[in-house]
Amino acid sequence: MSATSADALSTNHLGGTDSPRTRDTRSALSHALRALPALLRTGFAAVLAYRAEILIWMFTTNMPLVMLALWAAVARSGPVAGYTQEGFTAYYLATLLVRLFTGCWVVYELTMEIRQGTLAMRLLRPIHPLLAHAAENAAAIPVRLVVCTPLIAIFVYTSYASITRDPILWLCVPLSLIGAWMITFGVMAIVGTLALFVESAMGLFQLWLGLSGVLSGYLVPLDLFPERVRAIALLLPFRFTLSFPVELVLGRVDRMQALQLLGAQWSYVVLFAVGTVLLWRAGMRRFGAFGG
Amino acid sequence: MASARASPGHGLRVLRALARTSLALTLQYRLEVLGEGLLSMLWLATALVPVWVVFGKRGAVEGWSYPEMLLVIAWFTLLKAFLEGTINPSLLAVIAHVRQGTLDFVLLKPADAQLLVSFSKVEPSKLVDVFSAFALAGFALHRLHRVPSPLDLAAALLLFLAALAVLYSIAIIVISIAFVAVRVDNLIFLFGSIFDLARWPSTIFRGTLAVIFTYVLPLALMTTYPALALLGRLRLPTALGALAGALVFTLVSRAAWMASLRRYTSASS
Repeated sequence: MSATSADALSTNHLGGTDSPRTRDTRSALSHALRALPALLRTGFAAVLAYRAEILIWMFTTNMPLVMLALWAAVARSGPVAGYTQEGFTAYYLATLLVRLFTGCWVVYELTMEIRQGTLAMRLLRPIHPLLAHAAENAAAIPVRLVVCTPLIAIFVYTSYASITRDPILWLCVPLSLIGAWMITFGVMAIVGTLALFVESAMGLFQLWLGLSGVLSGYLVPLDLFPERVRAIALLLPFRFTLSFPVELVLGRVDRMQALQLLGAQWSYVVLFAVGTVLLWRAGMRRFGAFGG
Repeated sequence: MASARASPGHGLRVLRALARTSLALTLQYRLEVLGEGLLSMLWLATALVPVWVVFGKRGAVEGWSYPEMLLVIAWFTLLKAFLEGTINPSLLAVIAHVRQGTLDFVLLKPADAQLLVSFSKVEPSKLVDVFSAFALAGFALHRLHRVPSPLDLAAALLLFLAALAVLYSIAIIVISIAFVAVRVDNLIFLFGSIFDLARWPSTIFRGTLAVIFTYVLPLALMTTYPALALLGRLRLPTALGALAGALVFTLVSRAAWMASLRRYTSASS
């Protein structure tokens, strides 16, 4: 099937006699919004069906704890650059929680669908495949929150003194988490869409993961890096996927900085979203399902 | 099943044939192997970043200097290459066999089934990790100005084999559980993530964790002891204890495998 016919299929049911593109887009969007509750419901049901897998996947996300083991041993003989043992515990538990909340897996599904040609099925549905994926991924978040409750309790219990008391920062936390999730989703969607152009898109994603491990504060708190590395890491998008929400929760930034950083984070969100849409359009022109 | 034919020579021949076909299979994807190799090196670099940061701030951690720590990480890299390069992919294939009912075809073959499934898949890209591990160990020993004596080398090699046996036994035990409850294949990944803790010397753990990682899930045996052996610091009772522990793990896993094979009824029956 060619891309244009797929496009037509996804919009022609709207059936406007006068169909300028803007009107189509707008009604497609409102249509998508109406479909959203149903999509979230099915996504939620799918997550429940795979609850054991999700639980184990969450348990395998343990790198912050591996790093905590090392730094706790280092800080046993005195604080490191302002971090005590408690400081490291607070940092790495918060990192683990943010990582668990903001995880998504669209890159794996998208590359598989493209390789196996099942993307054609998605294109036949009257909703944009990326929106459907976003809804499915977002539907997992409530389940994760529930599963994370014990971890949150441990975090509050062990790190009560390190958690910020500033209500403004707390208002920024949900926004920063949503932003972090959207950047992660955007990157995954971009790499997934690249599978329409190149065969080894997953390798590219591994590259992102590797860089992200170092530059997002996942392995080492960014303030422990040498000044020059730190200055670069603070500007790149990686920080906004992980370190930034952690900095907010631990009150490492003041109110003004928090708002500025939130602005920077959401600029990246917009950038990645636009990039995703443009790349998807270009990719759709190339896509031909097997057997089509 | 079919163990009547198993003699050491036969087993070795089977092993060689398995390695050859598996290698030929994966070498069809040469470019991908190259890419994976490059990525492996990137992963190793990211694993070393925390160590560089730590030793930028401190001279030693719990008595381990920078090169000594690298030695432990080198053993960890080597073991992880084996785990991800042959143990995990082969055993994941077994689970697929059990799920699809095709394990019957393996069981019908005239060789020991455990041998057949254990080395059915090899990922040559992990060879890069093996080379990296040797390079890392060489660099560490060079920085320590230390040439291990033949005795130290022999001890380290012996302990490495014990570590491999334990690693493999744990995987076989997990698979044996998979025969009873098919949906535990994720347990392999779970174990893999716990194994990540073996990258640090076991002395950084205190209290309960130290006991668990020495006796229950012997991470200490896997990476710290071989490193100590190379440094000539491993005491004889510890070494003997580690070898005995590895033997116990091997026997238990073999018993678990035989027990689950006896319970196994193919998908259609």
